[in-house]
Amino acid sequence: MKKATRAAYGEALAEYGSDERIIVLDADLSKSTMTAKFKEVYPERFFNTGIAEANMISSAAGIATCGKIVFASSFAIFAAVRAAEQIRNSVCYPRLNVKIAATHAGISVGEDGATHQAIEDIAVMRALPNLTVIQPCDGRETKQAVKAIIDYDGPVYLRLGRLPVEDIYDNSYEFTWGKGVQLKDGCDVTIIATGLMVGSALEAYEILKAQGILARVINIHTIKPIDREIIIKAAKETGAIVTAEEHTIIGGLGSAVCEVLSEEYPVPVKRIGIEDKFGKSGKPNELLKLYGLTPEDIVIKAKNVMTLKRK
Amino acid sequence: MEQELLLKLKRKAADVRKGIIEAVFSAGSGHPGGSLSCADILTVLYFKHMNVNPSKPKDPDRDRFVLSKGHAAPVLYSVLAEKGYIPKEDLFTFRQADSYLEGHPSLKDVPGVDMTTGSLGQGICAACGMAQMGKLDKKDYRVYAVLGDGELQEGQVWEAMMYAAHYKLDNLTAFLDHNGLQIDGDIKEVMSPEPVVAKFEAFGWSVILIDGHDMDQIDKAIKKAKRTKGKPTMIVAETIKGKGVSYMENKYEWHGKAPNQEQRDIAIAELDAYIESLGV
Ligand SMILES: Cc1ncc(C[n+]2csc(CCOP(=O)(O)OP(=O)(O)O)c2C)c(N)n1
Ligand SMILES: [Mg+2]
Repeated sequence: MKKATRAAYGEALAEYGSDERIIVLDADLSKSTMTAKFKEVYPERFFNTGIAEANMISSAAGIATCGKIVFASSFAIFAAVRAAEQIRNSVCYPRLNVKIAATHAGISVGEDGATHQAIEDIAVMRALPNLTVIQPCDGRETKQAVKAIIDYDGPVYLRLGRLPVEDIYDNSYEFTWGKGVQLKDGCDVTIIATGLMVGSALEAYEILKAQGILARVINIHTIKPIDREIIIKAAKETGAIVTAEEHTIIGGLGSAVCEVLSEEYPVPVKRIGIEDKFGKSGKPNELLKLYGLTPEDIVIKAKNVMTLKRK
Repeated sequence: MEQELLLKLKRKAADVRKGIIEAVFSAGSGHPGGSLSCADILTVLYFKHMNVNPSKPKDPDRDRFVLSKGHAAPVLYSVLAEKGYIPKEDLFTFRQADSYLEGHPSLKDVPGVDMTTGSLGQGICAACGMAQMGKLDKKDYRVYAVLGDGELQEGQVWEAMMYAAHYKLDNLTAFLDHNGLQIDGDIKEVMSPEPVVAKFEAFGWSVILIDGHDMDQIDKAIKKAKRTKGKPTMIVAETIKGKGVSYMENKYEWHGKAPNQEQRDIAIAELDAYIESLGV
């Protein structure tokens, strides 16, 4: 079944919202971020700040000082990037229990265009001390991540998408904080993906397999702190890595993986992502193609990085 | 205003509205409500007051226009098309991957767009910067901006209010498109910015309250703003979101939704009937 991670987020808030400590804030986008689902059930614990993201984040910090668990939502470009300094100084530095749940991340926002497409939020959020950065890849993982985030005491950045995505997991899946998930085993190359690109990585796996190449596929839902172990193991066992994310190649998952490998076990890495340019308007799938974020692009880079393996 | 010119402007505004509907319909997404609500304001500005030349879109002496509520891009593109900056048929490419007509106004892509906007609150600040440089460079150009009433919730807007009054930017005229609605509903329920007139006055602006669909009142207010010395002017325009398309009027649901084929046909028919009734 297809479901957008933002939709699963709204459902999760409504489901776990009975915890009276939970407060939800939104900045005039509640029907898009799906916090409206929480508002329907718990209107008294929902506050619309109006179109005022900076105020939303700093007031979330104040609310957290009163012993609450605060979710603050808007589009990623406004929640994370516009209010970055408020997240840094009001939330992360005092290490308050604020969860920035940002939807419409990446270029799959589509027609709204570059002003609304956050392609740098992981880089900015990842650089902030005390902040955990999580990007789930499907509805089930999102729901479990929300539960884990409620139970975790501290600031979290939750990155969610606009587009419905295929289920990656079945019922048996259990989300483990900070742990990468190996979805396919392989020995020739490893594809490390996050968010929307996990589904594409699985498609790339099938294409490569048909060509006789066995790729390992890993989903990184917790981008910070990153699972160093699973990355180093993959480098040792497959010798070449491709990273895939719907984000600029500067500072995101690709960079995080390279940081681990360059210090611990250097192997060739190729990064799939947006190549240091802004997005534009268009249909989400057209844009993913235009910006080189398709399964086919992963296949090309996977084969390419294999040629760079040390003999 | 003479009757003839008034009729011409009304006709122009209806054509602009048709362009909005066609652009949003072709795209299958976009923001009709807030585009329709300020169509009369942009029409009077571009077709009666602004000193601009479509063949010289970067003329350093031109008047500037900043659509601070950038989601209303369809109204700006439609006006630019009517004015001859861009071909009218390009409106049908709005928001498509191979088009330059981005979902929100883009300075580097579209001739006639003076500032990239779409992130609310930022455009009015850029307009202050342009007005400030008009003073420094001793130029006579004027700067116009249109703000949304929901947009007023951004703190950055009030930073601009302070700035413009502090530096006595009397070459800056802003319009508030006071349609009373934002995405999540009625602005008074979501987060009230009222009383707006008293607030703008307290911030040191000259404030004029008008009916934002009355061409004559829009015209007179702009004239008064041009005469006002030592203060920026805020024209608070009482408007109807979705104005001109009956089923969109005052419906926040039409903030960011495209009409389907049937709805598009009704909208165009209504606007055509209106044009017919003008008899021009
Ligand atoms: C900084 C920022 N936050 C959120 C949005 C999303 N957004 C687009 S339009 C809109 C509502 C605008 O309401 P208003 O200013 O009243 O516009 P109008 O009614 O004139 O269309 C919102 C919240 C945005 N574009 N920019
Ligand atoms: Mg409004």
